[in-house]
Amino acid sequence: MEKEKAITVKNLVKKFGSFVANDNLTFDVYKGEIFGFLGANGAGKTTALKILCGLSSPTSGEINVAGFDVYSETNKIKNNIGYMSQKFSLYEDLTVYENIRFYGGIYGLKLKDIRKRADELIQKLGLTNVRNELLSSIPLGWKQKLAFSVAIFHHPKIVFLDEPTGGVDPVTRREFWDMIYDAAGEGITIMVTTHYMDEAEYCNRVCIMVDGRIEAIGTPSELIKNQNAENMNDVFLQLARKAKQQ
Amino acid sequence: MKKFIGFVKKEYYHIIRDPRTLFVLIAMPIAQILLFGYVITNEIKNASIGILDHSKDEITKQISSKILSSGYFKLDASINSEQEIHEAFRKGKIKEVIVFEPHFAEKLKKEGTAKIQIIADASDPNMANLLTNYTEAIIRNYSIAITTQNTQISLITPEVRMLYNPELKGAYMFVPGIIAMLLMLISALMTSISITREKELGTMEVLLASPLNPFTVITGKVTPYLLLSFINACLILLTGYFVFNVPVNGSIILLLAECLLFIFMALSLGILISTATKTQQAAMLISLVVLMLPTILLSGFIFPVENMPLPLQYLCKIMPPKYFINIVRTIMLKGGNLATLWSDTLILFGMSIFFLMVSMRKYKIRLE
Amino acid sequence: MNFVEINNISKSYGTHKALLETSFSVKKGELFGVIGPDGAGKTTLFRILTTLLLADSGSANMAGFDILKDYKKIRQIVGYMPGKFSLYQDLTIEENLAFFATIFGTTIKENYELIKDIYIQIEPFKDRPAGKLSGGMKQKLALSCALIHKPEILILDEPTTGVDAVSRTEFWDLLRRFKEMGITIIVSTPYMDEASLCDRVALMQEGKIMQIDTPANIVKNYKPELLAIKSNNMHDLLVKLREYNLNSQVYLFGQTIHFSSNQTINQSDLNNYLKNNGHTNVEISTSIPTIEDCFLWLMKQHN
Repeated sequence: MEKEKAITVKNLVKKFGSFVANDNLTFDVYKGEIFGFLGANGAGKTTALKILCGLSSPTSGEINVAGFDVYSETNKIKNNIGYMSQKFSLYEDLTVYENIRFYGGIYGLKLKDIRKRADELIQKLGLTNVRNELLSSIPLGWKQKLAFSVAIFHHPKIVFLDEPTGGVDPVTRREFWDMIYDAAGEGITIMVTTHYMDEAEYCNRVCIMVDGRIEAIGTPSELIKNQNAENMNDVFLQLARKAKQQ
Repeated sequence: MKKFIGFVKKEYYHIIRDPRTLFVLIAMPIAQILLFGYVITNEIKNASIGILDHSKDEITKQISSKILSSGYFKLDASINSEQEIHEAFRKGKIKEVIVFEPHFAEKLKKEGTAKIQIIADASDPNMANLLTNYTEAIIRNYSIAITTQNTQISLITPEVRMLYNPELKGAYMFVPGIIAMLLMLISALMTSISITREKELGTMEVLLASPLNPFTVITGKVTPYLLLSFINACLILLTGYFVFNVPVNGSIILLLAECLLFIFMALSLGILISTATKTQQAAMLISLVVLMLPTILLSGFIFPVENMPLPLQYLCKIMPPKYFINIVRTIMLKGGNLATLWSDTLILFGMSIFFLMVSMRKYKIRLE
Repeated sequence: MNFVEINNISKSYGTHKALLETSFSVKKGELFGVIGPDGAGKTTLFRILTTLLLADSGSANMAGFDILKDYKKIRQIVGYMPGKFSLYQDLTIEENLAFFATIFGTTIKENYELIKDIYIQIEPFKDRPAGKLSGGMKQKLALSCALIHKPEILILDEPTTGVDAVSRTEFWDLLRRFKEMGITIIVSTPYMDEASLCDRVALMQEGKIMQIDTPANIVKNYKPELLAIKSNNMHDLLVKLREYNLNSQVYLFGQTIHFSSNQTINQSDLNNYLKNNGHTNVEISTSIPTIEDCFLWLMKQHN
């Protein structure tokens, strides 16, 4: 049976002047999949992610996100995706509830729905006691979890997570991955970048980028077997080092 | 000393690597002075006036035609009574009315003197001032001409009446004001921004953790801007002199020395601001609101201090630019020297020392 | 001999207690790691050691100098690299380095030998502004700047955060080299796997040090039994294992789930339980704990 595709990328090229940031990328991401996007700093992950989110247009290639074309239907794409990064997540000077209400509003949800779903969400995350506290006063781990929940608040088809767990303690990091699994279980496709190589192993499939190209793509166990490695960290080091020596 | 030079070199790189800001800093003084200069000394050409001639004799006709043929004025309406004057002004058609008293020629012959009243619409004070000056000049010329023709001494005295704004002071004196404003802006704003920028970037943390002492950091920060501000002061003076013929009647060395003193004061203020703020945005806002507005409004630059309500006058007394503008005006226009300016200079000096002491004390050797 | 001594240092911001009676010591020439997530108090601790912040209580001395009284001396002998990239973006690599050399009263030439190994890697780009460097190169430049005055103690606040795995390994190789030159290094990191690269580590959480020891001893002190478990449905496995023994810790670890408990666990009972719950391909094996396992366990003890 052919699995339903959430993202298709064919021959994606992105150039900045003479610098090739993305060199002929081709890959598919299936619906409900957790897809890991790995690579050294400057390997072109962020560039590719921005194109998929409709924030930047590619130099050439055929790219389809959630059924929409990245050249002509960027607005539709933006309505059907969620985005969360370590740097920009939520407003520190708004309360927990105000943040949720604001993002719900951006995606055009009705106030009545926002209220109902915000209450559910706050309860689920165990934030009832800090519902009306400013975001700046709650611990980082809670913020990251809230940021993720807000990113999927409008039930997007795909959610992009750019280093979502940087600096978070190991317990919260795992709780965060529990949430990712739950979201994937609901059919949301997840595309995530990370520097923690153990997290790469939680993904259904990963793609390793080196110098703008895709160096390897597959399930973590496939990659580990192919590279004759012990874990993803070794796989990554081998592939990235090979590129440096060239 | 090596550390100091190294620091200044770094600051120099920051300034040079940001050509846009540098361009603004150099071009702004010239742009400002040209702007102010042309806004205030607008050339007049064919300004509409009215003439109320109660006498209608030979001489009044001669004077009228002299005025109208000068090219500066054109007759818009003949006015027949005093009542019509106000009406004409209110319609906004005319800028000035010249009134000849009855029996003008007769009086001039008999008594040797006659009166012309010049009434101007001073809701635009600069324009009013200009028009009356031009008119007076033309009448004076005529008066001298007829005096030399006749053996009799005859005197025509134009009597100027300003409507709506009786006190009209200091319209030309924008050059000193601009010097004060720009030196304040560049010195205080730029130093406070460049220090807070290091706080934002986190480089201040490294500087603090190094053996560099606060004195070197502060002097190193300030030196390049001292130079830049001084160059600006010279630029303004040169533009003023060559474009608008604003003279420097007093000692140029004294003037430059006073500029340096004022820059020093502004730099101390800039450092003080940077010790109290954490972000560039806050530093900029405080510099603009707390320093620029008083420099423009409460220093006698645009509005004369004498006309302000008493509490504001006291407030003006603690504004450093007030003293500086006074000093610069006195030197440039009246040719004053240190003997007349020692008290203002001393006050400025005292303020500089005060701000410097406070900012040195407030400068933190640790993070918060 | 203890080169760095820290006694009962505490620090609060308002009501938030950032650091609670922290004490430890570091020997001369040691590579000491402070491991913990954001908000553990690492940065506050480092800022107190570099004399940038005053502690509310407690004392510390570095190379025999008191952090309060002799702060000027400490600023001479410490090389500090803050967490935030803190070089001048508009200055080139060479200008940055020359500037930091001058403010410490030295020159690049004088201490070139020390930084040669790192500097050679970034030298080809020495005329490029620091703002236009890649993450790994920035890190190397910042390290060069912190080393240019030949410090006796190097304090590095999360130097590898946000840096990719390759650059991270390179960075740790460099640190080991400086340690061999006799420089005492105190470094913090949120990456637990980097703990094994240190001589000794302090595991920190919410302003408290939970344990200080060599990485090997920390692993040795891990008491519970640890099993690595795999099956066909990992997500459900997590749920089922949590239900199995309420007194256990169950966490995802790479491709397996780490299941630990203070009680002894009968592996065949567990295997049957999972099979009865519909899991196939169940693999259960005892596992050697990582520092992260230890950290998770310690977190539980402390809560």
